[in-house]
Amino acid sequence: MKIKEVKEFLDAELLCGSESELEKDVFSACGSDMMSDVLAYVKDQSVLLTGLVNPQVIRTAEMMDMICLVFVRSKKPTPEMVALAHEHGLVVLATEKRMYEACGILYSNGLTSKGVKKR
Amino acid sequence: MSEALTFHFDVNGEDFTSAGQASVRFKKNMRELGVDPEIIRRASIAMYEGEINMVIHAHGGVADVAVTEDAIEIVLKDKGPGIPDIKKAMQEGYSTAPDNIRSLGFGAGMGLPNMKRYTDEMEIESTVGVGTTVTMKIKLK
Repeated sequence: MKIKEVKEFLDAELLCGSESELEKDVFSACGSDMMSDVLAYVKDQSVLLTGLVNPQVIRTAEMMDMICLVFVRSKKPTPEMVALAHEHGLVVLATEKRMYEACGILYSNGLTSKGVKKR
Repeated sequence: MSEALTFHFDVNGEDFTSAGQASVRFKKNMRELGVDPEIIRRASIAMYEGEINMVIHAHGGVADVAVTEDAIEIVLKDKGPGIPDIKKAMQEGYSTAPDNIRSLGFGAGMGLPNMKRYTDEMEIESTVGVGTTVTMKIKLK
């Protein structure tokens, strides 16, 4: 799935990211408000869906080599967070959908938690 | 063996907002050295967890990294309260982090186990009332 499709499926607003970044492929995703769990259980996930808003969300995504962040439940990152995401080349999206629904939409359209990036 | 390349990072424990900055810089340094991306990810996550721990529990500290041909060694040192029971602290899910930290997305009791999981060797030296030193090694070969 391309990031632009993630954006379309979730009816999301683009907060950070260029046209070329939206063309990037993503292979798997995870949804969590606990960064501890993201760091512990996630492997090779390229999209993080979260309702948590603080700079550690951006840094956690950067540490995990993720390329797309989706804020759910109409949560909006601060301008400082967006600047940080821009610095790390992360695409940032925001959707009004709740976590369960957002994950479900992406999953049923083929973005599972087990996709493997072709190397 | 050639001489080790060393990096020093100060971890500011004043406010949680900046927690993770040292690890971001560390990751950039490792990329510039051309280290394998999978190894960089493991080392960065371990360092990030350790850095977050130092901010939550010990008002910050210092991180010293040495990179040789064989391994990346990360030494995290703080002058915090120390860990009274290291065995207990290593259990997944055990945490002494306050509730406000959990509301920030951390404190699930996964930090130390995660650091062990992502590294090849890990040692904790801790004295209550004096501080804690965590030494982690990630093999490059």
